[in-house]
Parts: sequence; C-alpha cells; structure tokens
Amino acid sequence: MKRFSAVSLVVLFSVSAYAQETSSISGKHDTPSPGAASPAPEEVRIRALEEQVRTLAEEVALLRGELKTIRDTKLADPTAGDHLLLASTRMEPGVIPSSTPSTAAPEPVPAAQVAQTQTYGGATSNAKLLNPDISLIGDFIGTAGRNTVSPSRSLELHESEVGMQAIIDPYARADAFISFGETGVNVEEGYVTFTSLPAGLLLKVGKMRAEFGKVNTIHNHALPFIDRPLVTNNLVGGEDGIDDAGISLSRFLPAPKNWFLQGTAQVFRGDSSDVFTANRRQDASVVGHLRLYRDLGESTNIDLGGSYARGHNTAGVGSAIFDPANFLTNLYSADATLRWKPLRRAIYHSFLFRTELFWSARDQLSPLNVFQTQHAFGFYSDSEYRVNRRWTVGGRFDRSGRATNASLTDTGFSGILTYWPSEFSQIRGQYRYGHLWDVPNDRFTNANEFLFQFLFVMGAHGAHPF
Amino acid sequence: MRRTKMTTRIGALLVICALIFTLVNPPASRADSKLRIMTATTDLAALAQEIGGEKVEVESVARGYQDPHFVEAKPSFLLKLRHADLLIVVGLELEIGWLPPLITQSTNPKIQVGAPGYFDASRFAKILEIPTGQVTRAEGDVHPLGNPHYWLDPENGLRIAKGIQNKLSEMRSSDAAYFAQRYDSFEQRLKQADEKWLAEMKPYAGRKVVTYHRSWPNFAEHFHLDVVGYVEPRPGIPPSPQHTVELIGQMKRDGVKLILVEPYFDLKTPNAIARDNGAQVVVLMPSVGGEKEITDYFKLFDYDIAKLKQAFDATK
Repeated sequence: MKRFSAVSLVVLFSVSAYAQETSSISGKHDTPSPGAASPAPEEVRIRALEEQVRTLAEEVALLRGELKTIRDTKLADPTAGDHLLLASTRMEPGVIPSSTPSTAAPEPVPAAQVAQTQTYGGATSNAKLLNPDISLIGDFIGTAGRNTVSPSRSLELHESEVGMQAIIDPYARADAFISFGETGVNVEEGYVTFTSLPAGLLLKVGKMRAEFGKVNTIHNHALPFIDRPLVTNNLVGGEDGIDDAGISLSRFLPAPKNWFLQGTAQVFRGDSSDVFTANRRQDASVVGHLRLYRDLGESTNIDLGGSYARGHNTAGVGSAIFDPANFLTNLYSADATLRWKPLRRAIYHSFLFRTELFWSARDQLSPLNVFQTQHAFGFYSDSEYRVNRRWTVGGRFDRSGRATNASLTDTGFSGILTYWPSEFSQIRGQYRYGHLWDVPNDRFTNANEFLFQFLFVMGAHGAHPF
Repeated sequence: MRRTKMTTRIGALLVICALIFTLVNPPASRADSKLRIMTATTDLAALAQEIGGEKVEVESVARGYQDPHFVEAKPSFLLKLRHADLLIVVGLELEIGWLPPLITQSTNPKIQVGAPGYFDASRFAKILEIPTGQVTRAEGDVHPLGNPHYWLDPENGLRIAKGIQNKLSEMRSSDAAYFAQRYDSFEQRLKQADEKWLAEMKPYAGRKVVTYHRSWPNFAEHFHLDVVGYVEPRPGIPPSPQHTVELIGQMKRDGVKLILVEPYFDLKTPNAIARDNGAQVVVLMPSVGGEKEITDYFKLFDYDIAKLKQAFDATK
C-alpha cells in the first residue's frame, strides 16, 4: 500500500509538473503572438491550444494506463512492498560508495533485484511456488537382431517416469517416481524421508528400491547401459528388482579417519518381482546394507558395499507335504566401484569401474519333490570412460546362473556408446551378445542384438545420490 | 518351526542392530566454541572466514578450480556436513545438481533447507540476468532465478559479508561485537581495494570481451567491461562449429581481442577462435582457490585484474 501511494504521488507530481511545463511553454507562445503580424492571430492561437490539449489528453491516457498496470501488479503481490523495504534496509550497509557512474546510485537497483529473487520472478508464478518439482523422463528403446530367449519389442516407449519431489515440512521431504510403461502404471518409488531425526538417523517410509547392492538402487534412466545386467534378471528380480513397500533406517557408523561407513536396515512387506512373495502377512522381507567409502585423492575414490536380503518365495505354494512358509530366498551381494574424475576437467573426462557379485540361496522342491536349497552365483563388471563433453564409451561383462537351476549359466557382454546433446537428453547405442539357455529347446543359443535408446528430461529432476 | 524361529531371531538381530546404530557414537558435543561453517563454494568460505575470524572453522565443498555446476555429491562431504552449524550456499539453483542429496543425507537438522543454519547468500546480493517472460531449455541450462555467478562483484561480496555478520551474530550473540568489528575492518579494506581495482581498470572501461560461459556479468558490470559474446552457444551447451564461426565473425566486426575462460573449460575452441582473430585467451579465476596464490577474496580480484591488464596491454 505504501509503495502504491508513493507511486501515485510520483505520477500525480509528474502530471502536474508536465502541466506546469506546458502552460509555461504556452505562456511563452502567448507573449510573442500578439506582436506577430499574422492575419488571424486568434485562429492560430486556438489551433495551437487545441494541439496542446490533444497532446495533454494523450499523455494523461498513457499515464493512466501505466498507473493501472502498476496497480494491478500491486494488488496481485501485496507482499512485495514489505520485501522491498526489508531488502533495501538490508542493502544499505553493503553499498560501496564509488565515483564511477554505474555504481554512483547502486541502491535502488539491488533492492528491486533482491525483491525479485525473493518473490521468485513475480506475481504470476507465486501461485505455483508450492508445487513440487515435477519432471518427466522419456525412455525410448529400439531393438534389432536375434534373441529367442528374452525377446523385446522392436520399438517401444519403454518407460515414462514422472518424478515429483518436494520438501514436505521442516522435518521431511518426499520423492515420488511414477513409471508409465507400455503395459501399465507402476509407482516405482514413493517415499518420505525424515531428515531431522535425533542421533543422526535417516528414516525413509514408503515404497522404494531396496539398498541391495548398486544396480538395484538405480533408476532405468540413470543406468550406464540400456538394459540391466543378466544377473539382475536371473537372481535379483529383473528390471524392477527388489522394490517394495517398507521402512528404511540408516545411519553413519564410526569408522577410521577419512573412511565413510554407513549402515542401512530395511523391512519390506515381502513382495518384490519374482524374488520375494509374501504368502502371509508375517512374511516380511529384510534388507541390510553396509557401505564403505574413501577418497583416494581429490579425483579418485573407492566405494565398497555388502548387502543381504531375505524373504519368502512361492516355491512351496501348493505343496501337500511342505509348509510354504519354510521356503525362503536369501540373497547376498558385494559391490566395488572405482571412480576417477579430475576436478579441473570434470565435464570432459571421467572413468568408472564397477563390479557386483550376487549369491542366491533359494529353497525349492527338486523335480523329485525333495526340499533343496539352490545356490546360484552371478556377477557383472562394467566400466565406462568419458572421452569428451559429449561422448562416453563403456563395456560390460555378464555371467550368471539361474536362481532355480544354478547349473545353467548365462554369459554375455555388451559394448556401449553414449552421446549427450545436452544435460537433458541422451542418445545411446548398445551391442549385446548373449550365450543363453533356451528353456523350451533345452539348449544354449546365441543372441546378437543392437539396442538404441533416446532419453529426454522435462522439468526439474532432482539430483541422484552419488 | 526351525525356520520361523530363525525368522524371529534375525528380526530381533536387526532391531538390535538398529538400536546399536542409535546408541553407538552419539553426535559429539561441541566442547570447543568454534562455529563449524560449510560453504558450497570457496568464495563464500573466504567471506565467512573474513567475518568469522578465529571464532569459526570454515570449509568449502567445491574447490576453486572446479565447475560449481558439476560437483560430485561424494559421501566424504557428508562427514563434514553432518557436524556443520551453518551451511552457506550460492543458491539460484547453481548447486541443484549436487547439494540437495547431500543436505538430505547429512542427517543434520541444523542445515536443512529453511532451518536457521541454512544460509542462501543470493538473498543478499544484486542478481543480474533474471529471465523475464517464458523460460525454456531451448535457451540451454538457464537459471530461472538469475545468474548465480554474482560473487564476482566486490559490492556483492560486501553485501554477503553483511548477511553473514548478521547470521553469525544471531547464532553467537556473545561474539556479536567481534563479528561487527571484523565486518567493519573488511568493509574498510574492501572499499580501499575496490578503489584501487576500479582505478586500475579505468583505462580499459568499455572494452569488449568474449567469455566462455556466462560467469562474468557482475564482474563486467562493476569493472565496465562489455561482454559481447560467449564461446558456448547457450549456457551449458558445448561449442558448436556454426556458433564458433559466427563468433569469429562477430569478434572481427566488433574488434574483440580477449576471450575470458574459466579454469575448468577446455581451451581448444577458445584457442582456435583466438588464432583466427589475433585475439588472446585469458584464463581468469572465477573463485578463490582457483590458483594456489588466490587465498582470499581480495587476492581473487588482484589476480583477475592483473591478468586482464596484462592481456589488454598486450592486445592493444
């Protein structure tokens, strides 16, 4: 209100000043006109006056318009006045008096600028200020070549992931990632994180990707490859992996100097893809994870992890002799990552090597209906090198037994080339070879495929944890 | 039966583990009276050090020679953030790619966004290049809230220092007089230095320059340089052949003889442009710590102005 009255005062003042100026000008005109030897001095004078009145009317209309715009902005943003006042009082002590022309009167400009930053751009966007950060990541995948074991479609919009992230209140933030696939919608993750708990605890509640190894925690669009490693498909639930509703508690643990040690304990309902199934309410699954990290220099670091997961499976369902509640799957994993990224050239060069080992112990019935535990092992190793700001090359080696029959070992390798037009889009090609067990034909077959992927990001997608 | 028992046992074990997490290593109580300040960049650390003096312990997440847009959110930073009393950030979405997960995972309630220990320096500074009208990424990696490289104007440095002084006094009212005295001294020294810098730059007022990224609008405004073009076709987009050709043409037309490059960008394209134009490439430091000798906020401007003077004189 204060600012409005000030503005109207200024406008009124300028109008009157203008009127005075013009009247004085007309006065000047007045004086010489009687002395001038014109045939119709009255007519000339009237014409001149008419002209002046017209200009004045135009000027008034213009000023009225300006006043209206100012009033409208004012009404839509009643707090701006306070901000401006605060900003300018805060600004005062920080101003360096200077002899140069542009810094001679720096006060009004910064005040306005600060007001602008504090109100985030102006009245119209104020209503949207409390909206969460919304993003959509489109993941388009094409496949060519031959694969009879796990064929994928030639072209598909594999996934459209909508992300919504916001700070909930002073104690929590929430993240939701809803994935629209070709076959349906799935809440990939949706959880609240409590950031202000005592004793350094970090609590997450909701549906989330379990802290089981590395690749299980990574969203599709953030993977360094188009597909997921063979071992993920064979032992750890495929693309969705261990992704379930539950509670996660983590904390930094005491560690030697310069080492970072974090422990995470999670309890889930017990339904994750084909790995875990909760047949009864008490069939919850648990996941435990330890992460050890150390900087080996400002450019290089090493990241180690060990994970354990346990839950029920469906192998015993329908059995007359065995209690289905006794059929468990225990999973163990170890992961190691070595990263190199020179700080001065971080956007041009980097290198990553990662390997993850998985062991699965799955209770099931043998073909002769005998209770047995199938022990399967699998791993992958991948590395990627950023050649320049736009290109990255990578490779991956896969080897994995099958959870239900450990003697069948699939092998594969991939070569990957990625191009980044900007931070917000990515084009990737991957050649994939697989030596895979073909169940219906009871033999190994070779798969040779070329995959390509276009990724695009709309909106503000929050940063991913390191 | 055996299995169910084991289930219970493992469950109990997990609960115990969780309890041990909470009980072992409770956050150490601060016996020493130093305020622990973490900053996003080295410039803010330098300013905080000017005001805090020996009453504070300051450390920056990013290094001075690092691109502040692309810092890795390494877990080692979490160890430092978890004990911080105050976190000073540049804001304006400069750190959007790495700081939010660090803050969330730090498990430090004091420095969460909006908490008293979260200090956004941009709120005190004069911000340039705030986009008006429609903002799209067709403009590249635009910052909708304005250009975040605002610390390269000594006036902004002073404004931020004032903000820091108020914040520190609020956190440690017993040392308010100390911080006020430190601020007064800083203000006096900075004003003197600024007069010297302005005098040094006066002969080159209005000179046209090209910069790699839009890092220098506040610097250019304060020291009266005219930034007429950028090596990047759009912020955050790598140089393209077409844009480079256009830029060479523009530099020839306007008689631009200097290309200012931040230390974290590749010099290949700037060098090629300079060769074509008889221009000179100058690696200017946008942050304290960019070179070993730039140890504080004053030396940052000393260094950059010396480099600029040398280059302007050489290309006369």
